[in-house]
Amino acid sequence: MLASFSAGMLKLYKRPAAWGLLLVALVLSQIFNYLVPYAGYLSADNERAAEQILASTMPEYLISNSIGGFPLFAGALALTLGVLSVGSEYSFGTLKTMLIQRPRRLTFFAGELLVLAVAVLAIVLSIFALGALTSYTIATSLSNSIAWPSLSELARGVASGWLILMTWCLLGAMLAFLFKGMAMPIGLGVVWILGIENLIVNVAAALLDFADTLQVGLPGVNAGSLVSALGGRSDAPGVNTAVDGTQATIVLVAYAVVFVLIASVALQRRDVT
Amino acid sequence: MNSEGVLVETRNLTKRYGSRILAVDRVSLTVRRGEVYGFLGPNGAGKTTCMRMLLGLIRPTSGKATVLGRSPGHPESLVRVGALVESPAFYPYLSGMDNLRVVARYASVPKRRIEEVLRLVGLTHRARDKFATYSLGMKQRLGVAAALLKDPELLILDEPTNGLDPAGMADMRDLIRRLGSGERTVLLSSHLLGEIEQICDRVGIISGGRLIAESTVEKLRGKGALLVGAKPLDHARQSAEQLLGAERVEVLNGTLRLNVDPVTAGRINRELVDAGVEVTELRPVEGTLEEVFLEMTDQKGESHVG
Ligand SMILES: Nc1ncnc2c1ncn2[C@@H]1O[C@H](COP(=O)(O)OP(=O)(O)OP(=O)(O)O)[C@@H](O)[C@H]1O
Ligand SMILES: [Mg+2]
Repeated sequence: MLASFSAGMLKLYKRPAAWGLLLVALVLSQIFNYLVPYAGYLSADNERAAEQILASTMPEYLISNSIGGFPLFAGALALTLGVLSVGSEYSFGTLKTMLIQRPRRLTFFAGELLVLAVAVLAIVLSIFALGALTSYTIATSLSNSIAWPSLSELARGVASGWLILMTWCLLGAMLAFLFKGMAMPIGLGVVWILGIENLIVNVAAALLDFADTLQVGLPGVNAGSLVSALGGRSDAPGVNTAVDGTQATIVLVAYAVVFVLIASVALQRRDVT
Repeated sequence: MNSEGVLVETRNLTKRYGSRILAVDRVSLTVRRGEVYGFLGPNGAGKTTCMRMLLGLIRPTSGKATVLGRSPGHPESLVRVGALVESPAFYPYLSGMDNLRVVARYASVPKRRIEEVLRLVGLTHRARDKFATYSLGMKQRLGVAAALLKDPELLILDEPTNGLDPAGMADMRDLIRRLGSGERTVLLSSHLLGEIEQICDRVGIISGGRLIAESTVEKLRGKGALLVGAKPLDHARQSAEQLLGAERVEVLNGTLRLNVDPVTAGRINRELVDAGVEVTELRPVEGTLEEVFLEMTDQKGESHVG
């Protein structure tokens, strides 16, 4: 599996599209967590409102700021990463080239999973690190006192953020194995994350009892609950208080496991042509 | 033949796609150690499908295959097999060199082999360019280079000269012959008869998913034929048919083609003359695999092969 992992790292590391995704995730997180509030601060007409706006960018909110976008936009990017790395094996036809080298199919898959786990961790850490740098800069430029979250809180934040993005990433990987390509999985995955869950939660749940019960089991809803359990503002898009943090964690882990199992069966059972 | 001497063995190997397409139909073939085995068949015959099954990429519908004593696709057999199946597939955003590095890591092959195989296929000077920018022939060469990385005991090449220019084809055939000259075993597919005749020791002819012949090149080529120019043609044909049986007599461009051993030329000449035929020309022709092939695969007249 180490061989498959190191091969997988090489192809991901040298892939411009992967760096592109990281860049987009970083830029979006900076814009919505820091740039927009800062611009609001500059254009606010009374000082108290301005102070309030800017308070959200301070280092003490690093965790909730960093993972606030994970249920939606960063999730969609993570899903794209999963689709990209698996789906392109089919669209380039490279799956057959690599599977006849040596690794068993599941060994190959395990290597890919480990690569994705590392890549997602790198995305999460980069978002945290850049966010820390920006909020530190804002705080010092205003000569505010600086209070960082504790290390254990940070660790929990990173781990939870990783779990959320990893779940979406695995959904992408699973869809790519099922559809043997890229277009459908990206389309379906993104529509699910950005559209369907929203419709279920905001429209169907109010009208139908079963949709109301169903929503607490949705991956996006649980991701949103996990974010609010870590201090995320529940009025932010995709963030909610439907379930508590522990339950959300368990549900997300369960989804991740199911996605991996389905993907494994699809890869193991089907012909590679 | 003991089992050590048999590298690839299939028994009634069958692959069905859906209910209509029978891609490979009860193929039983044997590839022995050290030989260059040619897998010959027209488009859609099932060559690629067979090779995919030998590599464990697709599962047979029924039947059995053994590759280096293991079931197809087993890591223990894959480490000793190098293969290029259908078109070469690599990561377009990586250079040829980096693609080989990825392949080498999956195969657990030391890095220094990469330079060697690049040199073998003549791709060293373009190794640092992106795969996406390669010409068809360069992609093909990279595919063969990847197949050689493991310095494999068994080399499986699916139409390796596909897309190469004439010089490239000659080089590639040369390379394959050299690779197959020692202990190494090569299983090669092609629809180019000349190629198979030049390179291979033994041939399996496949058509419509069925293995219709498996033999040495010499045996398949047969003993040849006699071309007879004669007047009047009709009368000559009737006499020849009486003499040899209708199935051995053909008329080709105004001459008779008799599918008999050319050493019988004297006797046939005498008999025809005795029957009142004027024999204007009598020429032995060496049998070619092409004739056998076209005959066996029922493609007479359509000469897109060769
Ligand atoms: N994935 C598939 N699904 C359905 N049919 C297939 C599939 N792969 C191959 N076939 C069919 O199986 C038959 C054999 O195909 P195969 O690719 O093995 O032929 P081939 O001998 O390699 O031909 P060529 O010389 O053109 O490469 C063809 O009729 C083809 O259409
Ligand atoms: Mg083919």
